[in-house]
Amino acid sequence: MDLSFSPAEEAFRQEVRAFIAEAKPKLPKGLGAAESADRSKEDYLAWHKLLYKKGWVAPLWPKEYGGTGWNVTQRYIFNEETANAEMPTTLPFGLSMVAPVIFTFGNDEQKKKFLPRILSGEDWWCQGYSEPGSGSDLASLRTKAVREGDHYIVNGQKTWTTLAQFADWIFCLVRTDANVKQQEGITFLLIDMKTPGITVKPIIVLDGAHEVNEVFFDNVKVPVENRVGEENKGWTYAKFLLVNERSGIAGVARSKKAVQRLKEIGEAETIDGTPLIDDPDFARKVADLEIDLAALEFTELRTLAAESKGHMAGPESSILKIRGTEIQQRITELTVEAIGYYAYPNERGFGDNAAVGPDYAIGAAGHYFNMRKTSIYGGSNEIQRNIIAKAVLGL
Amino acid sequence: MDFSYTEEQTLLRNSVSKYLADNYKFEQWRKFTRSDLGRDAAHWKQFAELGLLAAPIAEEHGGLGGGAVESLIIMEEFGKALVVEPYVPTVVVGGGFFKHGGTDAQKSEWLGKIAAGETMLAFAFAEPKGRYNLADLSTTAKKSGSGYVINGQKAVVIGAPWADHFIVTARTAGGQRDEKGVSVFLVAKNAKGVSVRDYPTVDSLRASEVTFENAEGTLIGTADNGLPLIEQVVDEAIAASCAEATGCMKVLVDTTVEYSKTRKQFGVPIGKFQALQHRMVDMFVHYEQGVSITLMVTLKLAEEAAERAKAASAAKVTIGKGGRFVGQQAVQIHGGIGMTDELNVGHYFKRLTMLDTLFGSTDHHLKRYASLS
Repeated sequence: MDLSFSPAEEAFRQEVRAFIAEAKPKLPKGLGAAESADRSKEDYLAWHKLLYKKGWVAPLWPKEYGGTGWNVTQRYIFNEETANAEMPTTLPFGLSMVAPVIFTFGNDEQKKKFLPRILSGEDWWCQGYSEPGSGSDLASLRTKAVREGDHYIVNGQKTWTTLAQFADWIFCLVRTDANVKQQEGITFLLIDMKTPGITVKPIIVLDGAHEVNEVFFDNVKVPVENRVGEENKGWTYAKFLLVNERSGIAGVARSKKAVQRLKEIGEAETIDGTPLIDDPDFARKVADLEIDLAALEFTELRTLAAESKGHMAGPESSILKIRGTEIQQRITELTVEAIGYYAYPNERGFGDNAAVGPDYAIGAAGHYFNMRKTSIYGGSNEIQRNIIAKAVLGL
Repeated sequence: MDFSYTEEQTLLRNSVSKYLADNYKFEQWRKFTRSDLGRDAAHWKQFAELGLLAAPIAEEHGGLGGGAVESLIIMEEFGKALVVEPYVPTVVVGGGFFKHGGTDAQKSEWLGKIAAGETMLAFAFAEPKGRYNLADLSTTAKKSGSGYVINGQKAVVIGAPWADHFIVTARTAGGQRDEKGVSVFLVAKNAKGVSVRDYPTVDSLRASEVTFENAEGTLIGTADNGLPLIEQVVDEAIAASCAEATGCMKVLVDTTVEYSKTRKQFGVPIGKFQALQHRMVDMFVHYEQGVSITLMVTLKLAEEAAERAKAASAAKVTIGKGGRFVGQQAVQIHGGIGMTDELNVGHYFKRLTMLDTLFGSTDHHLKRYASLS
């Protein structure tokens, strides 16, 4: 056991830093800020494209498809450096959700057709999992696909579809057999968003952002070649994806940076002329957060180390989801507390004029409200606890 | 000992509740809070006609002779409907300053106007650097002829875009944060030297940054010794705001329990899951504790200063913790739909979040309570 980095790893860190220093000025201004800000498609893709040019856009992919071939330590260093520099994140829907499903379960044609376009950012993907009646109970989904010759005809509705307004493709779980056990009648389809019969309707969330959507399917024709794997085996692929989604969800490096930002706010804010950070109540809460975060970081490192030895992430990755999201939420909550009255102004009410209050206050309350989603999405934290109870503790 | 409401008080609650149920529906609220004005001007007039603005004001000044219990009833119902009109700034704060500190002439003029719905007031007390210390003031007031001249900036003045007058705290003597040397003034919004920057708040209210440049103000209460008066009035405002929060919590508890009975996952209503049942029980307990402590502070507002202040801080802490838990869990148990702007749940969560900040956070009041014990 060893916590130190080798000279080669330190050299890699320097390489990442140099790349970031070079890339940062090329990004549109203000991209490092809270993820919930309304952004254009180009803004979202700016960082993706720079990484693509460098060959670094897909740390999780095997090298043969254009992945980086990095080991666990390199991925850790890369995440830490990009988070420290407050670089934007790449969107997970193509790169870390559907792509691993395609290169693990897809056929050669699908790999050839889709992977390069995901890598380059040419295709924007969104996730068609949740439905109005199927949230935590995902397997109860009702969007129906009926085989007619070379096509499936898809009818139904998906919801909470993140950034579907920009999407070229959607990966969808659809019901192809209603007469078997729920999990055994699901198929995994790749659907072109330009297909006639698809309608996207915005859902505005608590901070006023258009982040999610409803997606309606009305007799949408999907070629059979866009099915991943076998018919009625989609649940297996869906679960594979969910485990992947969970392990990326801890967001340790980003949370570390956010705690640092919180401490800076604590330096700037005062109680009776003394910095807030010196207030025992506030200092204790920040310390408590940092300690929980350190424990989470080492839990994640243990998981990654096991993965690098060939143990696939299992149900214990639910720990990362639960603790990671709880910590993210506590940071945003404590940030609002630190700011005091200037958390009140709604930054959306200022138009093109500068908002009032200190810069760090802008959007802080909205971010706190928005981050309540993290304990709901990706399998709610209640579902994650059920998973641990059943699959790990055997209850 | 008796915690029952009088017949008149019950009638008051019923009339507020009925008016809001008929005229202040969530769909209507969504529209007028997003309009340019940010409210529907008809409501304030109706509140006056229903006697709500007169309820806690003495009869000799045009009121109905009630007190803090009437304000509690009104604010609890207002909380349930997310009412945006400035009842606390105008009736509780404005009315409180004139009642406890005003001259006879000020009382008869201003309490009468408040009761009749002829004025809207805003309380300009917070400053960009002052946090929750009511005496931490950079705004100054200097005597000039028969009045005072005020200079300084006030932050996040709730209801200011709607107000015709401001109640302003300012330093007339002593150093920053000295308890002595604080005074309270009435300043007309259209007075020379007053400028405002209006904006919406995250919980759908309106507020302003207010700047005073040699603006003329009229003293309320005694010069240099205004802090005890401010503390008293703010404690009364805390009691009313806690009542508002319990109204918000009530809606969230009821809505969440109802939703959990109809929302099915895994073939059963989610309310059948014990993990969620216990969570909702805890929400309910927080609500009940909130109601109790709000009653406590309301009934102790007339006690001597230290006892009153302890009760107010105790209420603020209980409501702060409870409101946070109820708000967060209401969103969580609703799931995705609780995250949407379209459902009322998130808006109650936002209001509760901001009520925790108003007049001092949970941490602030824990400290204040400890310092008084």
